[in-house]
Amino acid sequence: MPTAIEFRDVSFTTHEGRMILDRVSLAIEEGSVTAILGRSGSGKTTLLRTVNRLVAPTSGEVLVHGRAVSDDGLIPLRRAMGYVIQETGLFPHFTVERNVALVLEAQNRPHSARIVRAHELLDTVGLPAGEFARRYPHQLSGGQRQRVGLARALAADPPILLMDEPFGALDPLTRAEMQDMLRNLLARLRKTVLLVTHDLDEALYLADGIALIGQGQLVAHLAPDEFVRSREPDVVAYLRAFHRGERATEAQP
Amino acid sequence: MNFLNQYGSEIATLTVEHLWLTGAAMLFACAIAVPAGIWLTRSPAWAKPVIGVANVLQTIPSLAMFGFLLPLPWLGERAARIAILALTAYALLPILRNTYAGIRSIDPAVLEVARALGLTGTQRLFKVELPLAASVILAGLRTATVTCVGIATIAAAVGAGGLGELIFRGVASVDNRLVLAGAVPAALLALIADGLLGLLERRFKVPV
Repeated sequence: MPTAIEFRDVSFTTHEGRMILDRVSLAIEEGSVTAILGRSGSGKTTLLRTVNRLVAPTSGEVLVHGRAVSDDGLIPLRRAMGYVIQETGLFPHFTVERNVALVLEAQNRPHSARIVRAHELLDTVGLPAGEFARRYPHQLSGGQRQRVGLARALAADPPILLMDEPFGALDPLTRAEMQDMLRNLLARLRKTVLLVTHDLDEALYLADGIALIGQGQLVAHLAPDEFVRSREPDVVAYLRAFHRGERATEAQP
Repeated sequence: MNFLNQYGSEIATLTVEHLWLTGAAMLFACAIAVPAGIWLTRSPAWAKPVIGVANVLQTIPSLAMFGFLLPLPWLGERAARIAILALTAYALLPILRNTYAGIRSIDPAVLEVARALGLTGTQRLFKVELPLAASVILAGLRTATVTCVGIATIAAAVGAGGLGELIFRGVASVDNRLVLAGAVPAALLALIADGLLGLLERRFKVPV
């Protein structure tokens, strides 16, 4: 498998001198789903944002399909990547269909083609276009908004999808539905996905590889089955922190 | 009735003049303050000093402002120019401040996604920032307009015309009817402008 995204000794220090990323090197295979796992403040979001140059590394470089991201034009680079975030960032003044097709609008594609594509994508993410296309974001539930955000990220059919805690704000049931939808969708579409999450269960369910980040450093990069068997202390600590409720109830006589 | 017969057409002419002074000043003020406000959102370090200057302009008593401008060579001969310049100066602050605040108050997640999706700077400005800030900017324009309709009555002091003419004449001749003939249409103008711009402002309000 060729490498889609490669981080080479990526470091990032804020203006105030706080080190967020400390020489992270990581290669992501084309067509794989990689979860970037870590606690809040571990630097995982910053790492994700170096890929579409929302953040420029202080040192090191990021390569996408073998080319340093800093070599290419910013706009074409970003248009070749979908971006989904927890807050969705839907444009509140646009209808759902215009939100979804905005990337195409920015590329001056004809209106009719945009609408066709938007409706197709809405159906793909499980929002029937007939019912949802003309609504506004404030008329949607949290889960529905997140689906629109995903449809929007897919609009230009980018080979790479960057997702930052996409389902972090949803209730567990909605989250599970979204995870199923995403899993089915990715099985068909074959994208290279970077998924930032602090939810181990989500990482295990969706990802082919899990990169654990701790205090700005890459702690482990393992397949899910290796991850759960790892003896690495940081990995073990992360595993212990999950399913505590289950274990507590199991321990009862 | 007699009074209206006598002054009706003059009130109408002066009302039009008043509108023209205020309207021209609003156009100039928007042409300066909206781009300036956008620029401040790009260079926020300048926001404090620039808004500060606009603030100081606003605190100059209007009669003094007209007086200051009177001796300027290019302006002195044309009183309407002085009036428009002075009114423009007063209108800058609310429009500037609201343009800046309106854009700055946009949900950062929305702006982040607009960048991440590869919208160019121009596309972000016209498709996202200005539409989302429009109602706040219009609120600033509304404040500026209402203020300037009032201040424009002082413009008559330098001979720029407008409804202030009647007020000054009424005061000089101790004729309350003349004062009212200037003051009532000016107040109505302010109310109407306030109402219409308020409608427009609500039209651009984005539900969240």
